[in-house]
Formats: sequence, C-alpha cells, structure tokens
Amino acid sequence: MTILAPISTGSADRQALFLGSAALDLTAIAGAGRPSSGWTLAGRVRDALNPLLRRPGFAIALSFLLLVLVAALAPGLLTGVAPYATSPADKLLSPSAAHWFGTDELGRDLYSRMVHGSALSVKAALLAVGIALVSGLSLGVLSGFIGGRVDAVVMRFVDVLLALPGLLLALAIVTAIGFGTIPVAIAVGIGIVPGFARTTRAEVLRVKTLPYVEAARLGGASWTRTLLRHVLPNSWGPVAVLATLDIGAAIIATAGLSFLGFGAAPPAAEWGTLISNGRNFLMTAPWLSLVPGLFVMLVVFSLNHVARTLDEGR
Amino acid sequence: MTKANGYLVEVRNLAISYRTATGAVEAIKGVDFAISPGETVAIVGESGSGKSTVASAIVGLLADNARVTHGEIFVNGEAVAHAPDSRRRELRGNVIGLVPQDPMVGLNPTMRNGVQIGEALIKVKGRRYPGLDADVLELLEQVGIDNPVLRARQYPHELSGGMRQRILIAIALAGDPDLLIADEPTSALDVTVQKRVLDHLERLVRERGISLLIITHDLGVAADRADRFLVMEDGRIVEQGEPHRLLSSPAHRMTRRLIAAAPALSAGGDFAVTHRQAPDAPEILAFHGVSKHFDLPAGSGAPTFAALDTVSFSVRKGQTLAIVGESGSGKTTSLRIALGLERPSAGHVTFEGQEISHLNWKAFRPLRRRIQLVQQNPFASLDPRFTIFESVVEPLVSFGLAKGPELERAARHLLGLVHLPVAHLDRLPRELSGGQRQRVAIARALALQPDLLFLDEPVSALDVSVSAQILALLKELQDELGVSYVLVSHDLSVVASVAHHVVVLRRGQVVEQGPAGQIFRSPQDDYTRILLDAVPGRRRALEAAV
Repeated sequence: MTILAPISTGSADRQALFLGSAALDLTAIAGAGRPSSGWTLAGRVRDALNPLLRRPGFAIALSFLLLVLVAALAPGLLTGVAPYATSPADKLLSPSAAHWFGTDELGRDLYSRMVHGSALSVKAALLAVGIALVSGLSLGVLSGFIGGRVDAVVMRFVDVLLALPGLLLALAIVTAIGFGTIPVAIAVGIGIVPGFARTTRAEVLRVKTLPYVEAARLGGASWTRTLLRHVLPNSWGPVAVLATLDIGAAIIATAGLSFLGFGAAPPAAEWGTLISNGRNFLMTAPWLSLVPGLFVMLVVFSLNHVARTLDEGR
Repeated sequence: MTKANGYLVEVRNLAISYRTATGAVEAIKGVDFAISPGETVAIVGESGSGKSTVASAIVGLLADNARVTHGEIFVNGEAVAHAPDSRRRELRGNVIGLVPQDPMVGLNPTMRNGVQIGEALIKVKGRRYPGLDADVLELLEQVGIDNPVLRARQYPHELSGGMRQRILIAIALAGDPDLLIADEPTSALDVTVQKRVLDHLERLVRERGISLLIITHDLGVAADRADRFLVMEDGRIVEQGEPHRLLSSPAHRMTRRLIAAAPALSAGGDFAVTHRQAPDAPEILAFHGVSKHFDLPAGSGAPTFAALDTVSFSVRKGQTLAIVGESGSGKTTSLRIALGLERPSAGHVTFEGQEISHLNWKAFRPLRRRIQLVQQNPFASLDPRFTIFESVVEPLVSFGLAKGPELERAARHLLGLVHLPVAHLDRLPRELSGGQRQRVAIARALALQPDLLFLDEPVSALDVSVSAQILALLKELQDELGVSYVLVSHDLSVVASVAHHVVVLRRGQVVEQGPAGQIFRSPQDDYTRILLDAVPGRRRALEAAV
C-alpha cells in the first residue's frame, strides 16, 4: 500500500513524542505535520491559495504585500540609492523618472527612504500584532477554557482596556516606557490585545462543547492534550483573520504615533515620520506627504482585502 | 379549476440539472407522475436520490444553480416549470402548501407563533382583516395545539419540536391549499411525536379533502400513510404502486433494500420474531436507585427538576441493554452518569462490583480503557482537522499504549473491524459520508478494546438504509468481540434486532424493563405499547401479515 508508507514513516517519531508529558505535546504540535505527505503544510497552503489566486484583486493585493515584505527584508533589491545621502542641489524635486517619489528638503530620494523605512514600519506592525496575538490568545484560552472566576477577572481587565480609546492608551504607554519604534510597537500591541482575547475566548467556548472534544476526553486525553490538539487548532481560524486585519490597523497606529513624533528618531525613516516631515512643505511640495500617505493606504487596503478574502474562503 | 385529465399536479418527463464548479450534474433524469385530488402520495428514496429536488421543483423553490432542462410540471392544468416567479408565488400558499423539513429552524425565532401564522393568512387574503386573530386561533386548534391563546403568544423556542412542526403545518394550511407537500416532516422528531403529528396531518388531509405529498427516506413512514408511493433512486422513479402490492412483491432492488431497512416492515410488524435470546451472564454495569435532580432557575415554579428518579437496571456481560424513551425521559442523563460526566444526586453505579459514580476524573481515567462512548451525531464527533488515522488511534496515543508501526497496525485492524477500506486512513472526515463517519467513531471507541460500549442514538442522524447497516455491524462486532452495549434510542424498532434487555424510561422513571422478547411480545405498560405502535410501517406490516 503506497498510501500507507508515509503514515508509518511520518508518524513514528511524532507519536513517540505524544507518549510523553504535556511539555512534549507542545513540541509535537510545533513540529508535526499531517501523517501523510499529501497533507504537508505547503501542500495545504497551495490547495487553499490556488482558487484564490485566480481572483485578480487578491493576486494584486498579495503581490503588493510581497513587494513590501521584500522592501523590508532586502531594501537593496528595490533601490540602489542610499536613503540618507543628501544632495542640496536636488531638494524638493517633484516625482520623475530619476526620483520616482521626488526628493525632500535635503535632496534625499523619497522612494529610497520609503523602501528603507519599510523595515522599521513592518517590524513595528508585526511586533505589535505578535504581542497582541500571544497575549490575546493566552488570555482568551485561559478565560474560555478555565471559565468561572478566572474568566470573570480576565474579561473585566479586557473591559477596562476596551473602555480606553486606543490612541490615548498607546500614548500613555509610550510616554511611560520611552520613545522609539519598539516602544511604539509595544504600545500599539497592548492596545489591540482585547480584540484577540475576546475572539479567542468566544471560539474556545464554542469548540470546547463540541462532541469531538468530549470524545477525546473520554478517550483518556489530558486537558493539555485536548487543548493543544483539538481546541486551539479549531479555534484558530477567526483569530488568524483578525491578526491579518489588525496588521493593517497596527501599521496605521504606529504611523500615527510616529507622525506625532513618538517613533523613530531622525534621520531614520519610518512611514509615519516621512508623512510628518512633508507637513511643512504641503503647499510647495505636496508629494512629500501625499505619496507616503498613499503608499501606507495601499498597504493597509491590500492587507484588508487579503484578510477579507481569506475570511470568506474559510 | 381542475382540468380535464383530473390531476391536481402532473409531472411529465421532468429533468433537472445543477450547475457546479465541475460542470452540470443531472439530479433528476426524466420523472413522470401525477397526483389526483385527495390522494396521498409518498416519494421514498435515500439521500441524494433527488426526491427533495422534485418537491422543490413543484413548489417552485429550486436552488439558484438548478435548471429544469426538460419536461414540464402542470399544477391544475397550468404549465409552471418555466412560469415567472410572481405566478409561482401566487400558487404557493393558495394551491400548494409546504411543510419544511426541520421544525427547529423552520420558524423565525424573533416572532411570536401567532404572528407567523397571521403573516401567512395576511398574504393569502392580501390585507390585514378584522377576523385575523380568530382565524389564527382556529388554525392552531385544527393542528391539535392545546391552549392556542397561550401558544400564539409564545415564541418558537418555548415550544417542543412536535409543537413547532404543528405550527409549520398550520402555516402551510393557512392558504387553504389543494396540495400539502411534507418534506421529511418528522425525521427530526421522536417516534411517538412523529406518529401523533403524522396521524393528525393525515386526519386533516382527509377532512379537508386535499392531497398530500410526503417526501421521506423511511419506507415505514410512507407505507403507513400513502395511497401510493414512488421509489426513487439516482434521479429516476424505479418503482411505483400501492403499498400493499409493493410490500408483498417488490420488483426493484431499491424497494427491497428500503423494505429491509425499515425494521417494522422487514420483521413483518412483529419484533418478537427477531429479538435475541438473553442467556445468563455476569453483571458488568448496574444502576442502584440512581436519581438526578437539576436546579431550576428561580421563578419557574418547582425548585428542582428530576431528570432521573430512583432508576435501577443492570447490563450483562457480552449483551445489549437498550434504554428507550422520548426526549426528556432521562436516557442521556443516565448515560452521562455512567460515563462519570455527571454525578448522581442519590444512589450509585457499579462497574463489575466497583462503585464508579463518585470517582473523580483522575480515578475514573483507568476505567476509560474499559468503558467507551459512541456519540449521536457522526458529523460533529470527529475533529474536522484530524485524518481518520489520527482520530482512530487517538485513544491509544492518549493512553500511551502504542507507537509507530504498532499504531498503524492497530488502525488497519480497527478499520477492518468496521469494514472500511484501509485507504480511508488518509482522508479527512468531511470526505466521508455519515454512515462511514459513524463507522470511524465506532472504530475509535473500540481502539482501547473496551468491555462496555455506550451507544447514544447511534443511528438517529442517518438514513434508514444506512442505519440498518450500522446496526448489523454493531451486532457482528458484539458476537466477534464479546463487548457489552448500552444502546440508547427513542425508537423501539432500532433496538429490536440488537437488544437482549430493554429498559423503557419515561420522565426519569423506569416504566418497564425485561428481556427483549417479553417487552416486544407482551408489553405490560401502556407507554411501551404506545412506543410500539409509533414504529413507522408497523400498521401496514401487520395488515399485510394478516
């Protein structure tokens, strides 16, 4: 039986891990794929993406995001111009073939600064969502799974966070822990924890009453195993979509905070600081604010579109 | 209005296809039949045979991707298959009434019952009129609802499934139609409720002289009620005729299969014939005066609700105990107590003499290897992300009993036990049918080689023909492995062929218990007799046997 061959090879080492303690379960989750090669992660992603990629909107949005990701990881691939090289003779030039986005008041190439700024902005957004995801998931799973008093305490804490306007909360946190990209990311991340906690809790509450969870328990599975193998994977979907959506929100929020001057210190470029820089030249050189602003808008729009499509496809 | 040929509905050479991503699928491949005024016709077939599509086509409620490719439907002599939607809307309600399949979702939960019936009346009359409330109450009374004034004021969630089905019938009757179409009208209901609703429907139809078209997968239901029935398979009518003739001399393979699947019909109406003898065997599980009370919310009258009231029974090794009763009779509660998911308020449960009802989760865990459960709904009992292999071996992994190649061997063996091909190990639950999933669930429950298996309504979510196969499998497994069963069901006919002993529960109390032969041959309690009479197809089968 050719079908079975991968089952035996794939499952042997993995099942060995299951037989140990709960801690070993964790490593199994992280490392284990499906028992057969047809269900590898790559295969599943391919299966899920194929029909979606036939939609032009989704394909465009996804390739744009990939481009931004390339800009963040290897800016050298997209521009040869140094972002900090000043050239006073070429200051405040409008967009042209030589300078796609124009130049700023010191003659620095705006396109190059946007590309190099991606690293900071994308890092900040991912960090923010990462913080929100990890703490939101833990809080949500904790309160959904344990319930009772723990649930009440965690949810009231979340209520308090929700009662404060997001930007105000972020401002307060940044003021308390200091300026810079990382503190801004942390502040924004804490601001969006409540959404993740709520969504996770709702999903966990739904999944934990399903018959297959009861079946696993009656089959002798420990709570840890049930949680990691049944409840978490099946609650994950809506949370993942929320995470994609919230990367957009995090980009806007971090850009907003750096626009207000809490972000990266000059001359380092971040999308928000670039927009803020151009403010002084709005009458004479509007592209200085407009082009980075449009760029951020496009990134967020693409993210939302991708998230929406994934949500519908679920 | 009836035209010269005298038929109320005539379907001529009808073909319907569905557009799907992979191309057009022909669901109906040339169907011919007619319904005369006052006639009761049943369409019987398994899921996917196209019976519901025919019904939708007559009502004019086909799905958006369905198209009538061929043939014509005449209602009162008028061709309607391609009629504009506005015309079809006029026919719905006035000429054809539809009783939908699932009473649990068929009503708007935010509207009072009376208002929903009133809405149908207003639609028929075209305006709100003074006598509306009186008409609503009259309809409610007609469909056999007690205290109509109260029921009209209540919301759907305050009514039981049977009551909701009656409300739906009242809505269908509001337009005083000539034809009532009932699509699986009672498959979501208990057998006793099912019988009451169907009896009532039958009487209404006779009193008003209207026609009835029943769509069902259960030949028993059809045999009892219909003047004539059509057997469908794969989009075609393979056999039709009067119940008496079809039951005594079925010509087509499908008809024979459906007859064999309806327990009442295959046994000739007498379950005592097929029951299993119960030899003496040691006790494996026993309930000793077990009671369970649930606290009710304040203000609902009584402070507690007794789900179980001093219930005692015992299960013998290698045999099957069937617990039978309507919903709310306490059968699920007793099962949960035996599994250690609930604690009894009084009394105790013993497993091989050891008391288990007050063990905590940890102390109970070793027993899980010996007591397992097969759940009611095979569509929800398997983790959608687990392959069949992962699902089946999960208990072995949880208990750390096997690893690597040993697990694979175990999985192959288990799938062999439930007659599933080994290639299925690689699939996900959504790629399997309901019957196949239930087989997987049984395989998973057998993984730990338990001595006692609880079966919670194992076939209620399945078509009758599939359910007959599952029951046969359960019997075979018992003979092979010597495992004991506790089989919980609302339908006496389901347990008839499997049970050695039967316990009949009603409102938390045991009304009768004893060997299966005795219960089926000479039931002592009125309630047991009601349950027996409620088995679909029994009436016709008894007539045929005489």
